[in-house]
Amino acid sequence: MAKVISMAEAVDLIQDGMSIMVAGFWGVGTPEKLIDALVAKGTKNLTGIAISTALGEKGIGKLVKNRQFKKVIVSYIGRNPATMQQYEEGTLEIEFVPQGTLAERIRAGGFGLGGILTPTGVGTEIEQGKQRITVDGCDYLLEKPLRADVALLKAAKADLSGNLIYRRAARNTNPIMAAAAKVTIAVADEIVATGMIDPDDVMTPGIFVDYLVQG
Amino acid sequence: MDYKELIARRVAQEFKDGDFVNLGIGIPTLVGNYIPAGVRVFFHSENGFTHIGPMPKNEDERDPELINASDQHVTILPGGAFFDSAVSFGIIRGGHLDATVLGALEVDEEGNLANWKIPGKKTVGIGGGMDLVAGAKRVIIAMEHTSKGVPKIVKKCQIPLTGVRCVDLIVTELAVIEITGRGLMLKEVAPGVTVDRVLAATDARLEIAPDLKTMTV
Repeated sequence: MAKVISMAEAVDLIQDGMSIMVAGFWGVGTPEKLIDALVAKGTKNLTGIAISTALGEKGIGKLVKNRQFKKVIVSYIGRNPATMQQYEEGTLEIEFVPQGTLAERIRAGGFGLGGILTPTGVGTEIEQGKQRITVDGCDYLLEKPLRADVALLKAAKADLSGNLIYRRAARNTNPIMAAAAKVTIAVADEIVATGMIDPDDVMTPGIFVDYLVQG
Repeated sequence: MDYKELIARRVAQEFKDGDFVNLGIGIPTLVGNYIPAGVRVFFHSENGFTHIGPMPKNEDERDPELINASDQHVTILPGGAFFDSAVSFGIIRGGHLDATVLGALEVDEEGNLANWKIPGKKTVGIGGGMDLVAGAKRVIIAMEHTSKGVPKIVKKCQIPLTGVRCVDLIVTELAVIEITGRGLMLKEVAPGVTVDRVLAATDARLEIAPDLKTMTV
Protein backbone atom coordinates (compact mmCIF):
# COMPACT_ATOMS: atom_id res chain seq x y z
CA MET A 1 0.00 0.00 0.00
CA ALA A 2 1.46 3.35 -0.97
CA LYS A 3 0.72 6.26 1.32
CA VAL A 4 -0.85 9.34 -0.23
CA ILE A 5 0.86 12.47 1.10
CA SER A 6 0.85 16.18 0.34
CA MET A 7 3.48 17.95 -1.74
CA ALA A 8 4.80 19.59 1.46
CA GLU A 9 5.13 16.21 3.18
CA ALA A 10 6.91 14.82 0.14
CA VAL A 11 9.45 17.64 0.16
CA ASP A 12 10.08 17.07 3.88
CA LEU A 13 11.25 13.53 3.07
CA ILE A 14 14.23 15.07 1.26
CA GLN A 15 16.89 16.36 3.67
CA ASP A 16 20.07 18.38 3.14
CA GLY A 17 22.93 16.17 1.90
CA MET A 18 20.75 13.38 0.52
CA SER A 19 21.12 11.72 -2.87
CA ILE A 20 18.10 11.95 -5.15
CA MET A 21 17.24 10.27 -8.42
CA VAL A 22 15.17 12.51 -10.66
CA ALA A 23 13.31 10.75 -13.46
CA GLY A 24 12.80 12.42 -16.81
CA PHE A 25 14.32 13.31 -20.16
CA TRP A 26 14.34 17.05 -20.94
CA GLY A 27 11.79 17.32 -18.16
CA VAL A 28 9.36 14.85 -19.75
CA GLY A 29 8.67 12.27 -17.03
CA THR A 30 9.87 14.61 -14.26
CA PRO A 31 7.52 15.53 -11.38
CA GLU A 32 7.75 19.28 -12.04
CA LYS A 33 5.53 20.33 -9.13
CA LEU A 34 7.65 18.37 -6.66
CA ILE A 35 10.79 19.95 -8.13
CA ASP A 36 9.17 23.39 -7.75
CA ALA A 37 8.36 22.64 -4.10
CA LEU A 38 11.93 21.45 -3.51
CA VAL A 39 13.25 24.65 -5.10
CA ALA A 40 10.97 26.68 -2.83
CA LYS A 41 12.22 24.82 0.25
CA GLY A 42 15.86 25.22 -0.81
CA THR A 43 17.17 21.85 0.40
CA LYS A 44 20.97 21.94 -0.07
CA ASN A 45 24.05 19.81 -0.76
CA LEU A 46 22.10 17.23 -2.70
CA THR A 47 23.60 14.65 -5.02
CA GLY A 48 21.49 14.31 -8.15
CA ILE A 49 21.28 11.30 -10.44
CA ALA A 50 19.52 11.88 -13.76
CA ILE A 51 19.88 11.50 -17.53
CA SER A 52 20.94 15.13 -17.89
CA THR A 53 20.67 18.42 -16.05
CA ALA A 54 17.81 19.32 -18.43
CA LEU A 55 17.10 23.04 -18.84
CA GLY A 56 17.37 25.93 -16.40
CA GLU A 57 13.59 26.30 -16.44
CA LYS A 58 12.62 22.64 -16.68
CA GLY A 59 13.01 19.37 -14.79
CA ILE A 60 16.04 18.78 -12.57
CA GLY A 61 17.61 21.86 -14.17
CA LYS A 62 15.68 24.14 -11.82
CA LEU A 63 17.46 22.56 -8.83
CA VAL A 64 20.83 23.09 -10.51
CA LYS A 65 20.00 26.72 -11.27
CA ASN A 66 19.03 27.21 -7.60
CA ARG A 67 22.42 25.74 -6.53
CA GLN A 68 20.95 22.85 -4.56
CA PHE A 69 23.40 20.20 -5.77
CA LYS A 70 26.97 19.55 -4.69
CA LYS A 71 27.28 16.77 -7.25
CA VAL A 72 25.39 15.45 -10.25
CA ILE A 73 25.79 12.05 -11.93
CA VAL A 74 24.52 12.53 -15.49
CA SER A 75 25.25 11.75 -19.12
CA TYR A 76 24.80 15.27 -20.47
CA ILE A 77 24.79 18.90 -19.30
CA GLY A 78 24.30 20.78 -22.59
CA ARG A 79 21.44 23.32 -22.69
CA ASN A 80 21.72 24.15 -18.98
CA PRO A 81 24.42 26.85 -18.69
CA ALA A 82 24.07 26.89 -14.87
CA THR A 83 25.62 23.42 -14.70
CA MET A 84 28.71 24.48 -16.64
CA GLN A 85 29.00 27.73 -14.72
CA GLN A 86 28.94 26.04 -11.30
CA TYR A 87 31.30 23.33 -12.53
CA GLU A 88 33.82 25.98 -13.64
CA GLU A 89 33.44 27.85 -10.33
CA GLY A 90 34.24 24.60 -8.55
CA THR A 91 30.96 24.56 -6.63
CA LEU A 92 29.47 21.58 -8.49
CA GLU A 93 31.05 18.19 -9.09
CA ILE A 94 29.99 16.34 -12.25
CA GLU A 95 30.36 12.63 -12.90
CA PHE A 96 29.73 11.94 -16.59
CA VAL A 97 28.33 8.49 -17.30
CA PRO A 98 27.34 7.18 -20.75
CA GLN A 99 23.56 7.21 -20.86
CA GLY A 100 23.06 3.47 -21.29
CA THR A 101 25.59 2.76 -18.56
CA LEU A 102 23.75 5.17 -16.26
CA ALA A 103 20.47 3.32 -16.90
CA GLU A 104 22.09 -0.05 -16.17
CA ARG A 105 23.86 1.20 -13.03
CA ILE A 106 20.49 2.39 -11.70
CA ARG A 107 18.85 -0.88 -12.69
CA ALA A 108 21.66 -2.82 -10.97
CA GLY A 109 21.18 -0.70 -7.86
CA GLY A 110 17.53 -1.53 -7.64
CA PHE A 111 17.74 -5.16 -8.59
CA GLY A 112 20.41 -6.44 -6.23
CA LEU A 113 23.27 -6.72 -8.71
CA GLY A 114 26.89 -6.02 -7.79
CA GLY A 115 27.38 -4.16 -11.07
CA ILE A 116 27.05 -4.68 -14.77
CA LEU A 117 29.49 -5.51 -17.58
CA THR A 118 29.19 -3.23 -20.58
CA PRO A 119 31.22 -2.83 -23.78
CA THR A 120 30.40 0.90 -23.69
CA GLY A 121 33.48 3.04 -23.09
CA VAL A 122 36.11 0.31 -23.44
CA GLY A 123 39.34 1.99 -24.59
CA THR A 124 38.09 5.50 -23.79
CA GLU A 125 38.78 7.74 -20.80
CA ILE A 126 35.55 6.44 -19.23
CA GLU A 127 37.57 3.29 -18.54
CA GLN A 128 39.94 5.08 -16.14
CA GLY A 129 39.81 3.59 -12.66
CA LYS A 130 37.52 0.76 -13.73
CA GLN A 131 38.11 -2.92 -14.03
CA ARG A 132 38.16 -4.40 -17.54
CA ILE A 133 36.81 -7.94 -17.65
CA THR A 134 37.06 -10.26 -20.65
CA VAL A 135 34.20 -12.71 -21.16
CA ASP A 136 34.41 -15.20 -24.04
CA GLY A 137 36.92 -12.98 -25.81
CA CYS A 138 34.96 -9.73 -25.51
CA ASP A 139 36.06 -6.82 -23.32
CA TYR A 140 33.68 -5.17 -20.88
CA LEU A 141 33.89 -2.54 -18.15
CA LEU A 142 32.64 -3.34 -14.67
CA GLU A 143 30.26 -0.53 -13.79
CA LYS A 144 29.03 -0.33 -10.23
CA PRO A 145 25.43 0.00 -9.08
CA LEU A 146 23.85 3.33 -8.20
CA ARG A 147 21.36 3.83 -5.41
CA ALA A 148 19.85 6.92 -3.85
CA ASP A 149 18.06 8.04 -0.70
CA VAL A 150 14.99 9.20 -2.59
CA ALA A 151 13.63 8.68 -6.12
CA LEU A 152 11.29 11.29 -7.61
CA LEU A 153 8.95 9.87 -10.23
CA LYS A 154 6.16 11.16 -12.45
CA ALA A 155 3.29 8.89 -13.45
CA ALA A 156 0.19 9.55 -15.53
CA LYS A 157 -1.88 7.27 -13.32
CA ALA A 158 -1.41 5.49 -9.99
CA ASP A 159 -3.65 3.30 -7.88
CA LEU A 160 -3.63 3.37 -4.09
CA SER A 161 -1.43 0.25 -4.08
CA GLY A 162 1.29 2.29 -5.79
CA ASN A 163 1.01 0.66 -9.21
CA LEU A 164 2.03 3.14 -11.89
CA ILE A 165 1.28 3.83 -15.54
CA TYR A 166 3.28 6.30 -17.62
CA ARG A 167 2.34 8.05 -20.84
CA ARG A 168 4.33 8.26 -24.07
CA ALA A 169 8.01 9.15 -23.72
CA ALA A 170 7.55 10.05 -20.02
CA ARG A 171 8.45 6.50 -18.99
CA ASN A 172 12.24 6.81 -19.55
CA THR A 173 14.08 6.40 -16.20
CA ASN A 174 10.94 6.18 -14.02
CA PRO A 175 10.65 2.37 -13.85
CA ILE A 176 14.33 1.77 -13.05
CA MET A 177 14.64 4.60 -10.50
CA ALA A 178 11.49 3.30 -8.77
CA ALA A 179 13.46 0.32 -7.48
CA ALA A 180 16.79 1.98 -6.75
CA ALA A 181 16.04 4.31 -3.82
CA LYS A 182 15.35 3.84 -0.10
CA VAL A 183 12.23 5.99 -0.51
CA THR A 184 10.30 6.29 -3.77
CA ILE A 185 7.84 9.13 -4.28
CA ALA A 186 5.61 9.20 -7.35
CA VAL A 187 3.66 12.27 -8.36
CA ALA A 188 0.65 11.14 -10.40
CA ASP A 189 -1.71 13.13 -12.61
CA GLU A 190 -4.49 10.81 -11.47
CA ILE A 191 -4.79 8.57 -8.40
CA VAL A 192 -7.44 5.84 -8.50
CA ALA A 193 -8.65 3.15 -6.09
CA THR A 194 -6.88 -0.18 -5.82
CA GLY A 195 -8.26 -2.49 -8.48
CA MET A 196 -8.96 0.28 -10.96
CA ILE A 197 -5.74 -0.45 -12.87
CA ASP A 198 -5.68 -3.85 -14.56
CA PRO A 199 -2.61 -5.77 -13.32
CA ASP A 200 -1.71 -6.40 -16.99
CA ASP A 201 -1.40 -2.66 -17.58
CA VAL A 202 0.92 -1.89 -14.65
CA MET A 203 4.30 -0.50 -15.78
CA THR A 204 5.86 -0.12 -12.32
CA PRO A 205 4.60 -2.54 -9.67
CA GLY A 206 3.42 -0.89 -6.45
CA ILE A 207 5.93 -2.84 -4.38
CA PHE A 208 8.57 -0.24 -5.40
CA VAL A 209 6.48 2.82 -4.54
CA ASP A 210 6.31 4.22 -0.98
CA TYR A 211 4.47 7.51 -1.42
CA LEU A 212 2.00 9.00 -3.88
CA VAL A 213 1.36 12.67 -4.39
CA GLN A 214 -1.52 14.08 -6.41
CA GLY A 215 0.14 16.03 -9.25
CA MET B 1 22.13 21.25 -53.29
CA ASP B 2 24.04 22.29 -50.17
CA TYR B 3 26.72 20.02 -48.76
CA LYS B 4 24.62 18.92 -45.79
CA GLU B 5 21.83 17.73 -48.07
CA LEU B 6 24.36 15.91 -50.27
CA ILE B 7 25.76 14.04 -47.26
CA ALA B 8 22.30 13.25 -45.87
CA ARG B 9 21.02 12.00 -49.26
CA ARG B 10 24.03 9.71 -49.69
CA VAL B 11 23.76 8.26 -46.17
CA ALA B 12 20.04 7.64 -46.73
CA GLN B 13 20.95 5.16 -49.50
CA GLU B 14 22.71 2.91 -46.98
CA PHE B 15 19.59 1.38 -45.46
CA LYS B 16 17.52 -1.58 -46.51
CA ASP B 17 13.82 -2.05 -46.14
CA GLY B 18 12.86 -2.71 -42.53
CA ASP B 19 16.02 -1.35 -40.91
CA PHE B 20 15.95 0.17 -37.41
CA VAL B 21 18.20 3.23 -37.24
CA ASN B 22 19.22 5.84 -34.66
CA LEU B 23 20.20 9.28 -35.95
CA GLY B 24 22.46 11.65 -34.02
CA ILE B 25 22.06 15.41 -33.98
CA GLY B 26 23.17 17.77 -36.78
CA ILE B 27 23.66 16.43 -40.31
CA PRO B 28 22.62 12.89 -39.19
CA THR B 29 19.13 14.16 -38.29
CA LEU B 30 18.64 15.33 -41.90
CA VAL B 31 19.10 11.76 -43.17
CA GLY B 32 15.51 10.96 -42.20
CA ASN B 33 14.25 13.43 -44.84
CA TYR B 34 15.80 11.53 -47.76
CA ILE B 35 14.98 7.84 -47.31
CA PRO B 36 14.43 6.49 -50.85
CA ALA B 37 10.87 5.62 -51.89
CA GLY B 38 10.01 1.98 -51.27
CA VAL B 39 12.41 1.63 -48.34
CA ARG B 40 10.84 1.62 -44.88
CA VAL B 41 13.27 2.69 -42.16
CA PHE B 42 12.15 2.84 -38.52
CA PHE B 43 13.86 5.40 -36.33
CA HIS B 44 14.72 4.73 -32.70
CA SER B 45 14.66 7.55 -30.14
CA GLU B 46 16.94 6.89 -27.17
CA ASN B 47 14.56 8.54 -24.73
CA GLY B 48 12.40 5.49 -25.21
CA PHE B 49 10.50 4.56 -28.37
CA THR B 50 10.72 3.32 -31.94
CA HIS B 51 8.96 4.55 -35.09
CA ILE B 52 9.57 8.29 -34.69
CA GLY B 53 6.99 10.10 -36.79
CA PRO B 54 6.98 13.57 -38.32
CA MET B 55 6.82 16.70 -36.22
CA PRO B 56 3.28 17.82 -35.38
CA LYS B 57 1.84 20.24 -37.96
CA ASN B 58 0.66 22.74 -35.37
CA GLU B 59 0.53 23.54 -31.66
CA ASP B 60 -2.74 21.64 -31.18
CA GLU B 61 -1.23 18.36 -32.34
CA ARG B 62 1.66 18.64 -29.90
CA ASP B 63 1.75 16.05 -27.14
CA PRO B 64 3.76 17.52 -24.23
CA GLU B 65 4.98 14.02 -23.31
CA LEU B 66 6.11 13.03 -26.81
CA ILE B 67 9.54 14.42 -27.63
CA ASN B 68 12.60 12.98 -29.32
CA ALA B 69 16.05 12.82 -27.69
CA SER B 70 16.78 16.37 -28.89
CA ASP B 71 13.69 17.74 -27.07
CA GLN B 72 11.74 18.32 -30.28
CA HIS B 73 8.04 17.53 -30.39
CA VAL B 74 7.46 14.56 -32.67
CA THR B 75 4.82 11.90 -33.29
CA ILE B 76 4.92 8.10 -33.22
CA LEU B 77 3.98 6.00 -36.25
CA PRO B 78 1.78 2.88 -36.16
CA GLY B 79 3.89 -0.10 -35.12
CA GLY B 80 5.94 1.91 -32.65
CA ALA B 81 6.35 1.23 -28.95
CA PHE B 82 7.40 3.12 -25.84
CA PHE B 83 9.85 1.66 -23.32
CA ASP B 84 12.08 2.65 -20.43
CA SER B 85 15.71 3.77 -20.60
CA ALA B 86 17.14 0.34 -19.75
CA VAL B 87 15.20 -1.25 -22.62
CA SER B 88 16.11 1.64 -24.93
CA PHE B 89 19.80 1.13 -24.32
CA GLY B 90 19.38 -2.65 -24.36
CA ILE B 91 18.16 -2.16 -27.92
CA ILE B 92 21.23 -0.04 -28.64
CA ARG B 93 23.89 -2.11 -26.87
CA GLY B 94 22.35 -5.45 -27.72
CA GLY B 95 22.93 -5.07 -31.44
CA HIS B 96 19.27 -4.62 -32.31
CA LEU B 97 19.81 -1.43 -34.32
CA ASP B 98 20.88 -1.98 -37.92
CA ALA B 99 22.75 1.32 -37.98
CA THR B 100 23.48 4.57 -36.23
CA VAL B 101 24.45 7.79 -37.99
CA LEU B 102 26.60 10.21 -35.98
CA GLY B 103 28.81 13.22 -36.45
CA ALA B 104 32.52 13.25 -35.62
CA LEU B 105 35.39 15.48 -34.60
CA GLU B 106 37.97 12.91 -35.71
CA VAL B 107 37.95 9.45 -37.28
CA ASP B 108 41.16 7.50 -37.83
CA GLU B 109 42.57 4.66 -39.92
CA GLU B 110 41.54 2.04 -37.36
CA GLY B 111 37.95 3.29 -37.28
CA ASN B 112 38.40 4.93 -33.89
CA LEU B 113 35.94 7.75 -33.31
CA ALA B 114 36.26 10.95 -31.30
CA ASN B 115 33.17 13.12 -31.01
CA TRP B 116 32.51 14.15 -27.40
CA LYS B 117 35.38 16.10 -25.94
CA ILE B 118 38.22 18.41 -26.92
CA PRO B 119 40.98 18.69 -24.27
CA GLY B 120 40.96 22.12 -22.68
CA LYS B 121 37.48 22.89 -23.92
CA LYS B 122 34.12 22.53 -22.24
CA THR B 123 32.38 19.23 -22.77
CA VAL B 124 28.64 18.91 -22.57
CA GLY B 125 28.88 15.21 -21.90
CA ILE B 126 28.49 11.87 -23.60
CA GLY B 127 24.75 11.32 -23.95
CA GLY B 128 24.06 8.06 -25.73
CA GLY B 129 26.97 8.25 -28.19
CA MET B 130 29.31 5.76 -26.52
CA ASP B 131 26.53 3.19 -26.24
CA LEU B 132 25.48 3.68 -29.87
CA VAL B 133 28.97 3.09 -31.26
CA ALA B 134 29.47 0.10 -28.95
CA GLY B 135 26.25 -1.59 -29.98
CA ALA B 136 24.80 -0.64 -33.36
CA LYS B 137 25.49 -3.13 -36.16
CA ARG B 138 26.84 -0.38 -38.42
CA VAL B 139 28.29 2.98 -37.40
CA ILE B 140 28.04 5.56 -40.19
CA ILE B 141 29.73 8.93 -39.75
CA ALA B 142 28.09 11.85 -41.55
CA MET B 143 30.28 14.94 -41.37
CA GLU B 144 32.12 17.70 -43.16
CA HIS B 145 35.38 16.34 -44.54
CA THR B 146 37.45 18.99 -42.75
CA SER B 147 36.93 21.46 -39.95
CA LYS B 148 37.73 24.86 -41.49
CA GLY B 149 40.28 23.15 -43.74
CA VAL B 150 41.82 20.96 -41.01
CA PRO B 151 41.39 17.27 -41.84
CA LYS B 152 39.05 15.31 -39.55
CA ILE B 153 40.04 11.98 -41.07
CA VAL B 154 43.43 11.28 -39.52
CA LYS B 155 46.05 8.58 -39.01
CA LYS B 156 45.42 8.39 -35.29
CA CYS B 157 42.81 10.30 -33.25
CA GLN B 158 44.44 12.88 -30.99
CA ILE B 159 41.44 13.76 -28.84
CA PRO B 160 39.53 11.58 -26.36
CA LEU B 161 37.78 8.64 -28.00
CA THR B 162 34.10 7.83 -28.06
CA GLY B 163 34.70 4.31 -29.31
CA VAL B 164 37.51 2.03 -30.43
CA ARG B 165 37.48 0.43 -33.92
CA CYS B 166 33.78 1.16 -34.23
CA VAL B 167 33.29 3.15 -37.46
CA ASP B 168 32.19 1.30 -40.60
CA LEU B 169 31.60 4.09 -43.11
CA ILE B 170 32.34 7.81 -43.46
CA VAL B 171 30.23 10.02 -45.73
CA THR B 172 31.37 13.59 -46.35
CA GLU B 173 30.66 16.27 -48.95
CA LEU B 174 33.75 15.02 -50.82
CA ALA B 175 33.76 11.25 -50.49
CA VAL B 176 32.47 7.93 -49.22
CA ILE B 177 35.15 6.07 -47.29
CA GLU B 178 34.90 2.56 -45.90
CA ILE B 179 36.85 1.30 -42.90
CA THR B 180 37.97 -2.13 -43.98
CA GLY B 181 39.97 -3.43 -41.03
CA ARG B 182 43.15 -2.90 -43.04
CA GLY B 183 42.61 0.83 -43.25
CA LEU B 184 40.55 3.37 -45.12
CA MET B 185 39.26 2.75 -48.63
CA LEU B 186 37.99 5.54 -50.87
CA LYS B 187 34.86 4.09 -52.47
CA GLU B 188 33.20 7.14 -54.01
CA VAL B 189 33.97 10.76 -54.80
CA ALA B 190 31.31 13.46 -54.91
CA PRO B 191 30.31 14.83 -58.32
CA GLY B 192 33.02 17.21 -59.60
CA VAL B 193 35.50 16.20 -56.88
CA THR B 194 38.86 14.71 -57.87
CA VAL B 195 40.70 11.97 -55.98
CA ASP B 196 43.56 14.43 -55.44
CA ARG B 197 41.25 16.86 -53.70
CA VAL B 198 40.04 14.11 -51.34
CA LEU B 199 43.63 13.05 -50.63
CA ALA B 200 44.65 16.66 -49.93
CA ALA B 201 41.81 17.04 -47.43
CA THR B 202 42.61 13.77 -45.65
CA ASP B 203 45.45 13.26 -43.15
CA ALA B 204 45.44 9.46 -43.36
CA ARG B 205 46.46 6.73 -45.78
CA LEU B 206 43.65 6.22 -48.24
CA GLU B 207 43.51 3.18 -50.47
CA ILE B 208 41.58 3.84 -53.66
CA ALA B 209 38.95 1.25 -54.51
CA PRO B 210 39.54 -0.49 -57.85
CA ASP B 211 35.89 0.20 -58.66
CA LEU B 212 35.92 3.84 -57.51
CA LYS B 213 32.58 5.48 -58.30
CA THR B 214 31.07 8.93 -58.42
CA MET B 215 28.50 9.51 -55.70
CA THR B 216 24.94 9.51 -57.03
CA VAL B 217 22.34 11.33 -54.97
